[in-house]
Amino acid sequence: MSAVASPLALRIEPGRIIAWLLLFGGGLLMVTPLAFMFATSLKDSSEIYDLAFFPAHPTLANYVTVLSDGRFLRWFANSFGIAVAVTLSNVFFDSLVGYTLAKFQFRGRYLVFIAILSTLMIPTEMLVIPWYVMAKNFGWLDSYWGIMFPGMMTAFGTFLMKQFFETVPNDFLEAARIDGLNEFAIFWRIAMPLVTPALSALAIFTFLSNWTAFIWPLIVTTSKELYTLPVGLTSFAVESQVQWELIMTGAALATLPTLTVFLLLQRYIVRGVVLAGLKG
Amino acid sequence: MNASSSRVDARSGAHLPSGLGMRQKQVLWAWSFLAVPVLFYAVVRFYPTLEAFWIATTNWNLLTKPSFIGLANFKRLMADPVFWQVFRNTALYLLLGTPISLLLAFTIAYHLDRVRFLHGLIRALYFLPFLTTAAAMAWVWRWFYQPVPIGLFNNLLAGLGIAQQPFLRSTTQSLPAVLAPAIWAGLGFQVVIFMAGLRAIPTTYYEAARIDGVSNGTILRRITLPLLKPTIVFLVVFSSIGFLRIFDQVYNMTSQTSSDPGGPLNATKPLVLMIYQTAFSSFDMGYAAAQTVVLFLVLLVVSLLQLRLLKDR
Repeated sequence: MSAVASPLALRIEPGRIIAWLLLFGGGLLMVTPLAFMFATSLKDSSEIYDLAFFPAHPTLANYVTVLSDGRFLRWFANSFGIAVAVTLSNVFFDSLVGYTLAKFQFRGRYLVFIAILSTLMIPTEMLVIPWYVMAKNFGWLDSYWGIMFPGMMTAFGTFLMKQFFETVPNDFLEAARIDGLNEFAIFWRIAMPLVTPALSALAIFTFLSNWTAFIWPLIVTTSKELYTLPVGLTSFAVESQVQWELIMTGAALATLPTLTVFLLLQRYIVRGVVLAGLKG
Repeated sequence: MNASSSRVDARSGAHLPSGLGMRQKQVLWAWSFLAVPVLFYAVVRFYPTLEAFWIATTNWNLLTKPSFIGLANFKRLMADPVFWQVFRNTALYLLLGTPISLLLAFTIAYHLDRVRFLHGLIRALYFLPFLTTAAAMAWVWRWFYQPVPIGLFNNLLAGLGIAQQPFLRSTTQSLPAVLAPAIWAGLGFQVVIFMAGLRAIPTTYYEAARIDGVSNGTILRRITLPLLKPTIVFLVVFSSIGFLRIFDQVYNMTSQTSSDPGGPLNATKPLVLMIYQTAFSSFDMGYAAAQTVVLFLVLLVVSLLQLRLLKDR
């Protein structure tokens, strides 16, 4: 491609080779913790002390142990269900609000926008105490709804979607209006499909941050059946301090889904992160 | 964005004959779309924000009624040696974490931008840690830091003939040991954002500079860095906020079955962990809320300061 176009790029310079080797070596170092985690999860408990990277007798016994105790499957399902539900809510509501703020004329529009944007300045940690009190009063402590309710909409997502809806030409919406579609149908069937790159960016970001969320689920849950995977892993690891091969198996289980999705959808995820990062 | 919205105006103006009703319908639609979200933001964001400030002025253990005590919580905080230790730790996370991670990320992105051979694979290697769960990775790193029979780092050191290091058990080494995985996990995100910023710089600038025979170092200082400023500002603010709010790594790497996390001797405890313990281990809600107000003010001051410094120049 551009490499062919420029004859300069074909010349091999020693500096470039060294830079490449350093970059590649650094990249390998970056994944070393992950590689060790997976390798150790395949080791027998007697092998963990010899520190050879590759297990001499790879076994799935640790996975059987961890999964057969049932809790991990439950935590996994909790994390997945919660992350999916919160993501769907964000994709719907953040888009709806972003669209309304971008495409409707009404008094108070700017005020609503500024008010929502201003919540970006408030750190979650400042809200957890009032949220806890609220959850306690409403009987939401130690429930799925209790874990989910603070994140159902985010200012970040709303801002991102507003930015993208502004790029949608009004002519499309007008044409649909003339065809007699109602405003919700115009939003849902005309505008939404036009911003799919932004929607996938928002979905990826929301899912990831909820899959890895730690402090609020830790605060709001007390019964182990309701733990999310990160919180469950913490309690499991504290219990089985000495059994590092089991802890590594649990950590691998918490990491495996996001890594698998990344390997399948690499391009979209990197683009999504850039879109969300630069617009946000 | 104003251009597009004024076009709506002109458009709906064109429909005016049958129009006023149309306009009112639009307003009605808009508010019906906003009804649930406005309620949500009022109840889950604004009211709790005000409530946090109010709770900060009370003495409250959740069981009895909160009693108003004015600024006493803040006075208590100023006199609390643990708070100052925690404040120092939080500052260290920020002052070590942000520059180290940004320098590393920029160096990597700058060179990776020119690499074509296996570019996608190398980028993926740097990006993968960003997709992991901090709580899970904290335990992997914690395992690396263990003493000799099992710990990877101490085994490597032993192989090189260097004495064992206590890492997480040391009051001086534990904070950097906790910071390392935090930097490691965020690096991929910063690299990807830096590379997007580098890509956005028009190549014509570089070509012109090359024709003029400008050296690589000068191109970097005079063209690349100035044009990259929006990206740098974003990443400095974004990652500072991240390091000021550090929690998952610390909690998981220093938690013990018997003693409190944040040790040894509070050497790794950041502000958010102190808030968590004050509120949900001691149930001293007023005091904890006062700490959250301090966190809010620190975040506000740090981001405003950075925006000022980085935007003006």
